Amino acid sequence: MHELSQGLAQALRLVAGLDSPLFAIVWLSLKVSSVAVVCAALIALPCGAWLAVSRFPGRNIILAVINGLMGLPPVVVGLLVYLMLSRAGPLGPLGLLFTPSAMMLAQTVLVLPIICALTVQVIQDAWGEYREQMLSLRATPWQSVRALLWDTRFSLMTTVLAGFGRAIAEVGAVMIVGGNIDGVTRLMTTAIALETSKGDLPLALALGMVLIALVIAINGLAQGLKTTAMNHYG
Amino acid sequence: MVSAQVMDASTPVALTRNAPCAPLPLKLEGLSYQMGEKVLIDQISLSIKAGSRHLILGPNGAGKSLLLRLMHGLLTPTRGQLFWADDHQQARQAMVFQRPVLLRRSARDNIVFALELAKVKGDLPHLANQALDRVGLSALADRPARLCSIGEQQRLALARAWAVEPELLFLDEPSASLDPSATRHIEAIINAMHANGTTIVMASHDLGQARRLADHVFFLHQGRLIEDLPASEFFTLPRSPLTQAFLNGELLWESN
Repeated sequence: MHELSQGLAQALRLVAGLDSPLFAIVWLSLKVSSVAVVCAALIALPCGAWLAVSRFPGRNIILAVINGLMGLPPVVVGLLVYLMLSRAGPLGPLGLLFTPSAMMLAQTVLVLPIICALTVQVIQDAWGEYREQMLSLRATPWQSVRALLWDTRFSLMTTVLAGFGRAIAEVGAVMIVGGNIDGVTRLMTTAIALETSKGDLPLALALGMVLIALVIAINGLAQGLKTTAMNHYG
Repeated sequence: MVSAQVMDASTPVALTRNAPCAPLPLKLEGLSYQMGEKVLIDQISLSIKAGSRHLILGPNGAGKSLLLRLMHGLLTPTRGQLFWADDHQQARQAMVFQRPVLLRRSARDNIVFALELAKVKGDLPHLANQALDRVGLSALADRPARLCSIGEQQRLALARAWAVEPELLFLDEPSASLDPSATRHIEAIINAMHANGTTIVMASHDLGQARRLADHVFFLHQGRLIEDLPASEFFTLPRSPLTQAFLNGELLWESN
């Protein structure tokens, strides 16, 4: 108990004092997850919207697979990306293993099905309402997809933020492909895991507090965005 | 009246009419629509004549909305066919639904969107403003469409339909959920569009509305066309006892 309170006090001092190694880690985490989520969203939003409005044989199978991949274990994603990037792997020559780029790639793979599946749900609901009107206006599927993406932009923003929350809180994948190298690929989650096993609780706790605060802030932002949008655009 | 759509000088849309002959009349021959075993539209043959206001009357579930959707091409008939006067070109058409579906953007941008899809060229925001003006919604141009009242939303839906200068306008009970004053507004707009050369096909179960608007009446019951008469005859000399019962406001019992 004593150790915990002492650790907490020290952690607060680290956060309040803007400890520079601590914030270097926080900054890298934010950078890696932001890039990963933007990349994933650029692919997942149009694909999800397209899946929501189109009907073709095999569509249900694809949807089932994507929904299944939402629960992809991060360590497995890490392992797969590791195999791709390792020297013998197909992407080996790029030399990305144990770099921030490798972690971005792993998080992109992890978050892609989540954003895609949630996008399908959001767009499908809207499509139920818009379908006849769009057909009546003789919109092409692509024109419908664009209009739906724009009209559901606030709901989609929350799905993207959900993806970000998942990416930044994840440890298994980045540990494997990043290697947790101090100052290079050490993120909040991997640092917490390491410091805890080393017994350096203050740094682990300080990072944990920052991480929790971030996740709460992201969820608050998502909620707030949706409410304001509803009030402003109906 | 056939193809001479009245275009006054302020008519903004520069859609080129490259059809050598008029796209109307639209003829339906033996049109049927089936869902599973249930026949919802049963071998309907009729003709939509250019320049006329057609009212499709009938109780709920008669198939009025389905018939409109089949004509507008939102549904494909199970049997039977639609014939346009010109084999190669359908009439330029629009549809206004019972519940207006507007995009989450300003009233003006909703119309701009429709103009873009109709491949209209020119100063689209300006054209949209004119379209809003025609239905008396100029003041709401910048308002998010979804925040307008239901009556205003329906007028906006009409403005959007009017903006593309349709030759044929389908309306699915456009005033079913509106109060009398909003209904008058809607009817005035429909009449203005008609005066501007648009052929009207409208579903309704409101006899008063039919008396006010109809040139020609189709009376539907259980997916079958019971009556196909000019409005004056429909109200005075209906052929079928079912029609008489409907006009008297009686309940139409399921007949099989």
